[in-house]
Amino acid sequence: MEHIRMPKVENVRLLDRLSSRRAVVGTLYLTATHVIFVENGSETRKETWVLHSQISSIEKQATTATGCPLLIRCKNFQVIQLVIPQERDCHDVYISLIRLARPVKYEELYCFSFNPKLDKEEREEGWKLVDLNEEYNRMGVPNNYWQISDVNRDYGVCDSYPTEVYVPKSATAHIIVGSSKFRSRRRFPALSYYCKGNNASICRSSQPLSGFSARCLEDEQMLQAIRKANPGSDFIYVVDTRPKLNAMANRAAGKGYENEDNYSNIKFQFIGIENIHVMRNSLQKMLEVCELKSPSMSDFLWGLENSGWLKHIKAIMDAGIFIAKAVAEEGVSVLVHCSDGWDRTAQVCSVASLLLDPYYRTMKGFMVLIEKDWVSFGHKFNHRYGNLDGDPKEISPVIDQFIECVWQLMEQFPCAFEFNERFLIHIQHHIYSCQFGNFLCNSQKERRELKIKERTYSLWAHLWKNRADYLNPLYRSDHSQSQGTLHPQIAPCNFLYKFWSGMYNRFEKGLHPRQSVTDYLMAVKEETQQLEEELEVLQERLANLQKSQSGNNKVKSKQQDRSKQFGLYTSNNSLANTPQEYSNDLKSFPSRSPSQGDEDSALILTQDNLKSSDPDLSANSDQESGVEDLSCRSPSGGGCLPSEDSGKDSDEAVFLAG
Amino acid sequence: MEFAELIKTPRADNVVLHRPFHMAVEGTLCLTGHHLIFSSRRHDNAEELWLLHSNIDSIDKRFVGSLGTIVIKCKDLRIIQLDIPGMEECLNIASSIEALSTLDSVTLMYPFFYRPMFELLEDGWSSFLLEQEFELLSSVTDEWRLSCVNKEFSVCPSYPPVVIVPKSIDDEALRKVALFRHGGRFPVLSYYHKKNGMAMMRSSQPLTGTNGRRCKEDEKLVNATLCSGRRGFVIDTRPLAVAQQARAKGGGFEQEVHYPQWRRIHKYIERFNILQESFIKLVEACNDQSHNMDRWLSKLEASNWLTHIKELLTAACLAAQCIDREGASVLVHGSEGTDSTLQVTSLAQIILDPRCRTIRGFEALIVREWLQAGHPFQQRCAQSAYSNSKQKWEAPVFLLFLECVWQIHRQFPCSFEFNEQFLIMLFEHSYASQFGTFLGNNESERAKLKLPQKTMSLWSWVNRPEELSRFQNPLYEANSLVIWPSVAPQSLQLWEGVFLRWNRPSRFLEEAEEERINIIKYNKELQARVNVLRRRLAELEAEEQPEQ
Repeated sequence: MEHIRMPKVENVRLLDRLSSRRAVVGTLYLTATHVIFVENGSETRKETWVLHSQISSIEKQATTATGCPLLIRCKNFQVIQLVIPQERDCHDVYISLIRLARPVKYEELYCFSFNPKLDKEEREEGWKLVDLNEEYNRMGVPNNYWQISDVNRDYGVCDSYPTEVYVPKSATAHIIVGSSKFRSRRRFPALSYYCKGNNASICRSSQPLSGFSARCLEDEQMLQAIRKANPGSDFIYVVDTRPKLNAMANRAAGKGYENEDNYSNIKFQFIGIENIHVMRNSLQKMLEVCELKSPSMSDFLWGLENSGWLKHIKAIMDAGIFIAKAVAEEGVSVLVHCSDGWDRTAQVCSVASLLLDPYYRTMKGFMVLIEKDWVSFGHKFNHRYGNLDGDPKEISPVIDQFIECVWQLMEQFPCAFEFNERFLIHIQHHIYSCQFGNFLCNSQKERRELKIKERTYSLWAHLWKNRADYLNPLYRSDHSQSQGTLHPQIAPCNFLYKFWSGMYNRFEKGLHPRQSVTDYLMAVKEETQQLEEELEVLQERLANLQKSQSGNNKVKSKQQDRSKQFGLYTSNNSLANTPQEYSNDLKSFPSRSPSQGDEDSALILTQDNLKSSDPDLSANSDQESGVEDLSCRSPSGGGCLPSEDSGKDSDEAVFLAG
Repeated sequence: MEFAELIKTPRADNVVLHRPFHMAVEGTLCLTGHHLIFSSRRHDNAEELWLLHSNIDSIDKRFVGSLGTIVIKCKDLRIIQLDIPGMEECLNIASSIEALSTLDSVTLMYPFFYRPMFELLEDGWSSFLLEQEFELLSSVTDEWRLSCVNKEFSVCPSYPPVVIVPKSIDDEALRKVALFRHGGRFPVLSYYHKKNGMAMMRSSQPLTGTNGRRCKEDEKLVNATLCSGRRGFVIDTRPLAVAQQARAKGGGFEQEVHYPQWRRIHKYIERFNILQESFIKLVEACNDQSHNMDRWLSKLEASNWLTHIKELLTAACLAAQCIDREGASVLVHGSEGTDSTLQVTSLAQIILDPRCRTIRGFEALIVREWLQAGHPFQQRCAQSAYSNSKQKWEAPVFLLFLECVWQIHRQFPCSFEFNEQFLIMLFEHSYASQFGTFLGNNESERAKLKLPQKTMSLWSWVNRPEELSRFQNPLYEANSLVIWPSVAPQSLQLWEGVFLRWNRPSRFLEEAEEERINIIKYNKELQARVNVLRRRLAELEAEEQPEQ
């Protein structure tokens, strides 16, 4: 609290990013964990909550006649523009936020103060939801070829690896330790995914310290052991996910890549995914395009192309497709690495696993996948997502790209995933929110030292509790798409990579489809379930009645309640929004503004009236409204369609044409 | 003319058909007067492909030894390849296809020969009459009348025989106004907004010329649509500079001095050859099998197709906004009033009028705002994106309109009674069809060709229950409100269903649609069963009442 110079400022204006004409006046509060803006309006008192850990940048702009503008950009792609009347106040808020958004020790993070009012057992149960031992058993290891190794039990060999790793049975401790000394940060080859059907596996490591000519017998034996663990194949692929040039440059620093001549029976392959710095800049460029005030189609498409973002997404996807194909179709094991083996390697291994194994396309399986390939193998969450104040050059949207790959696949295979888009968006949100302990620190070792499981809550338990909100209505476990390997196309004209406005323009609700097919179908399914139950009850009562001829009038009254509850087919189905500014020519015309409420808005349920499924997210009501508002029909709300709240006109955008 | 003269080799065996995402199949190729028929001889999976010659946009042939290969590019954008053994056979077949796909006489087209195999429930030619439309209108307002001034197509050759005009304007005045408007297209009613009584009119440009000609009757006609003291908007689909240049050629625009109650807004909607080029470039990009993402995005951008979509949607939204939000009447025109004008007026109605989002309502809209309004389908849809002959009157104007409807549909997926397939079907039939609906350039030509007597209407076929079921949107729930789409670039997407249709594995998307249908169907079944039981229970209980 000592960092808060200014806990409260009144008469602050919150600007609509797309239209400066739409500003609301309210009070700004700074708390130990959040920035809160409360609108002055007497009835709604709409609140906007932003977690300090979500803030990625704060910009103080030149003071104007109306006040001092403050621009807050968030890691979940929300952009907040405030105008604070007094320069002095603005400066204080600015200085406070700069400090609050850059905590220096883990204890300052929200997860240490966040209290969802669960008792100790519930919290501990929550941490047990995702169990990697169980997962490796599900995959089919240990078995004749793979065993768990305790060589790293005290993090003695590799401090960024988990204590328990699976290695080929023929790899002795001597081989593992020897190999680890020949690999960057001692990240030796370990099992990521094992394919029960054909014994092929995906292993991961960091780059070898080969320089121009160095070799290591144990490392060569290690790769040999991986090959032998798959008796059906006489070679393994070694996939270096870096561009060849980068890998070659590393040789000068005594690092590099495997020489095919030194390793028997390997096929070496470069994939060409760019490094974290290129990815950071690419996202930056794409976000600039998203922030353009009224871009033309060419501005947008050109900017999108120029950012290279989709090209990078495709590169990651292509790598995953290559590996999945090697494992599933050729039955060949693959060793994947990049430089340190914790960014691109994590992306590629998890995309390949997702394509190969339908389990990872279920809600639980997806949690397991992130826990396995990202959390346990030491993806540096703290550095990449800037949870603590650190080197800005370490920050990069590595897991964001993986999450987008999943979304792109969901668009191509709509029935293949048990979860929906909202699930992905909420996971992305919480990777940055630090509200749960799962993604703290850079490694398992650090998390254990910090006693995360004793002191914080698990996101997975939280998401699991609310799983009804995250279901994909089109998913059926017996469906062909939810079986076996997915085979996406490669060429952009066969696999359309789309801009994900649901993520990157998440808070610009006006840009999204106004009716959500997902929510509509979920509501129908919910009603279907209730109908099934009612049908059963009715059948039973009817049977009883016919049998005993002793009627029960309660049934009747219950029916009436039920039919009142479901306004689905008789509902007024109201849906409305307001026009955008399709032309500025209209402005000068003396007439009432199109944004003023009218009969359309009278029919609207505002989002506040909606059931809020995620209590924690709804506390940050505005933050999450991009998601909540997708709700197209609420089964309990009389079937109204709260698509846009035209009273607030949040969707108005300035699109000047011609 | 005998088609047989054009078919030297009516049949070839051992032909191999190649299509993307399908295994190559061997079979027999047959040519008839109107169809190319390929039937595979495999017993386990007999398959027939019927292709209308009129669907063929271009054909390439090449030879490797005596094996000939014909690549056929269709107006629905599909590309197929046929390997035909024997050079002579291949040459014969190629030249037959070339001749049969470019017949220049309308009366030789397939609709004049097509005999339907289904029972006719309703004659589509008389399903959507303006008289019915007027009857509906009369129930809410008496300010309009039906005029038969164009009975013999003498006042305006591209207008239908009857039109709706303000009641206060007599036929004599209409004749004068027609002389003042390009092609005689005087302002007529396009849409009446019941909610506030505002009207949308459409016409062609006024012939003001360089010396600022005026026409008192024209002014009186357009002013007759204004409520007293209110103003209206003229939405000119050309930029100001183009409209000014048009004056040199005798055209022009409504000048403030003569139309003081009207405010003019210029929008820029591309036309003709620019659209056609854009279409060709887009389809080229969509057939580029390169794996390079930059190349794909830059080709997509360079085609400018989505720019046209955005501009068009913006103009339509503006027209709708003027009517619904500003409470003003609107007059829409460009130059001829047969292309961009109709795009804007019909899209505005999709936004404003819930009826246009139903299947019948949408059909009525197409009949009223496109067919009867004189959009020259035959010229515009003569060739598609693969044609080499670049005529300047070919343009995907109707396709752009359909795509804009799709874009709105995507943003409001529960507000349309029809599905994406319905729009794709209309796209196909506007370019090649067994039905006469899209033949001819206007009602006058259709009357001369006696299409209603000699051909079958598309609507007769579509509106049969077994066909309709394919085109229904399972998610539809009538939404009586105005729907305002977003026109931001982030909200607009490439229409995969048309442009990547033959280049993507469609199975997964079809399965998703099936699943959506099943979810809704099962829910409705349960609902019905529960209702039956409830009723029965109530009956039983009623029987018991006296006993108690």
